[in-house]
Amino acid sequence: MADQTSSGEAYWKANLRIIIISLIIWAICSFGFGILLRPMLSGIMVGGTDLGFWFAQQGSILIFLALIFFYAFRMNKLDKEFGVDEE
Amino acid sequence: MDQFTINLLFVGASFALYIGIAIWARAGSTSEFYAAGRGVHPVTNGMATAADWMSAASFISMAGLIAFVGYDNSTYLMGWTGGYVLLALLLAPYLRKFGKFTVSEFIGDRFYSPTARMVAVLCLIIASTTYVIGQMTGVGVAFGRFLEVDSTTGLLIGAVIVFAYAVFGGMKGVTYTQVAQYCVLILAYTIPAIFISLQLTGNPIPALGLFGSTESGTPLLQTLDQIVTDLGFKEYTAHNGDTFNMVLFTLSLMIGTAGLPHVIMRFFTVPKVADARWSAGWALVFIALLYLTAPAVGAMARLNITQQFWPEGASGEPVAVETIESDPTYNWMKTWEQTGLLGWNDANGDGRIAYFNDADAETVAAMEEAGWGSENELTNFNRDILVLANPEIANLPSWVIGLVAAGGLAAALSTAAGLLLAISSAVSHDLIKGQLNPGISEKGELMSARVAMAVAIVIATWLGLNPPGFAAQTVALAFGLAASSIFPVLMMGIFTKVNNKGAVAGMLAGLIVTLVYIFLHKGWLFIPGTNSFTDADPLLGTIKSTSFGAVGALINFAVAFIVSNATTPIPQEISDLVESVRVPRGAGAAQDH
Repeated sequence: MADQTSSGEAYWKANLRIIIISLIIWAICSFGFGILLRPMLSGIMVGGTDLGFWFAQQGSILIFLALIFFYAFRMNKLDKEFGVDEE
Repeated sequence: MDQFTINLLFVGASFALYIGIAIWARAGSTSEFYAAGRGVHPVTNGMATAADWMSAASFISMAGLIAFVGYDNSTYLMGWTGGYVLLALLLAPYLRKFGKFTVSEFIGDRFYSPTARMVAVLCLIIASTTYVIGQMTGVGVAFGRFLEVDSTTGLLIGAVIVFAYAVFGGMKGVTYTQVAQYCVLILAYTIPAIFISLQLTGNPIPALGLFGSTESGTPLLQTLDQIVTDLGFKEYTAHNGDTFNMVLFTLSLMIGTAGLPHVIMRFFTVPKVADARWSAGWALVFIALLYLTAPAVGAMARLNITQQFWPEGASGEPVAVETIESDPTYNWMKTWEQTGLLGWNDANGDGRIAYFNDADAETVAAMEEAGWGSENELTNFNRDILVLANPEIANLPSWVIGLVAAGGLAAALSTAAGLLLAISSAVSHDLIKGQLNPGISEKGELMSARVAMAVAIVIATWLGLNPPGFAAQTVALAFGLAASSIFPVLMMGIFTKVNNKGAVAGMLAGLIVTLVYIFLHKGWLFIPGTNSFTDADPLLGTIKSTSFGAVGALINFAVAFIVSNATTPIPQEISDLVESVRVPRGAGAAQDH
């Protein structure tokens, strides 16, 4: 029982770590590159405007997609590692 | 065949398809009505979620808001997609593991409190009703145009059709119907965009065309920036508004996305926890197809419109009234004038319609000197007409215009149906069966669900006659309400051990503060003229009412933690429940109460 609890805790901690890292990337690409850090990226031109504009209108959406699929893939693997998957 | 007949054909054929599917998959039992028997594949579910999610706000309204503001309205793009990351990482798998039918059931059980469940029901009803108001605005614009009547008549006709449509089937009918609706709406959105992108940039992919170059070799966005600034408008790609408000608004839309009942309900209908994670990703894939195209639609339409009014550029002559009357290129102006959503007036009588920013003194002086008068003569251009008028403005073939008509209606209808379902299940399942009359028969429950739908649509239609903003803006208010009330308690229910009193206090605080803030700016119950502030000069700093959801959510979290810490901790069995929700193993089929 004690073993199970500590394994459960480790699973949850690993999950939280993945969530936090993913959300940091989520925030940097949208609020960061898309809005607050846009002036910093203004030197990098993309199709008649700067990279920040691209992040705000398209880049962030592509990053969001990658993040969700990464999370689903990583978590489904983690479930198996800890033996908590549904099979 | 004239355009009117073609529109009717496309709209009629698409409706016949949806209704056919709805009859074929008609819901039998209550359990099917709510959650479709849980037999839906993640890709199918993702596509249905996308149709459910992309409403009149995304389809009809959003590109128009981007077109007339530019970069600053990227908030809609980031906000309405970024929320799926929150949903996938923080809510969907856990709510699926919990295995109940509705969001309020989760809140009621996790916070072991019928009061919490009732407060959640109240929050859901308020947010969803506001959302339906936005949809009805879009429905009014779409029906107004395609039946060639004014937008109010269009709204009333639309309301009857939405209602008839929503009572037909439950989620099961809706799931497969929504797959069909997704296909119609995405084709309707992308096909005209492809045509226009080819015309302007030669690139068949609109998302790439946006960053491509026009025939002359100048990048499209630079051409656009040039002509709009020449006419005294703000530079399209520049950041003109307030940064703090922009961040808050984006955050509100993101949190709200993850707090909307009709989207969350979708994740109850996949077979496994692992599928709930994939489902969110697939939903965003299908949503992204439209969202990556939308900024291109906005920018290209703005360029097309501006060039139609200034065929030789801003230093040439404005378009002549006679040209508008006789040239078929300008037919769209006459058809849209009928809806009352487009207007122009040759104020100085020079026989030309000069379109420029008459709030900018320098431009006014230049226009006067050129002899075009001091007033902007394009007197009314409702943002919500842009996407629907877009294929007409670009002179695309009539079948494309008919297809866009069908797509716009698919978007508004699918979301309105999903929301009405969420409202009706909140009333019949949570309020009546869960609280007032637990012994109600299945038949009685279905009946009360339909009555609730009828009441909701009457209220939304009535308020939709004087909407608090363009479709996407009204919908943004609904997101603020969902963000401030539902998302925080769902998250705290999974990630913390906040107790019943904390949750109730948090939800009420978040909801009430946000609702009052919105009403102070948009009028009490959205009745025009009863507001004390405007979004141009908001009560708190630069925070507009549409952006307040994130502040409301923060208040919700803070109040919940303070109250929870000051009262009794949660009992052992609830603590065990939280632990079990965090682990996928053992997720069975959903349980009814």
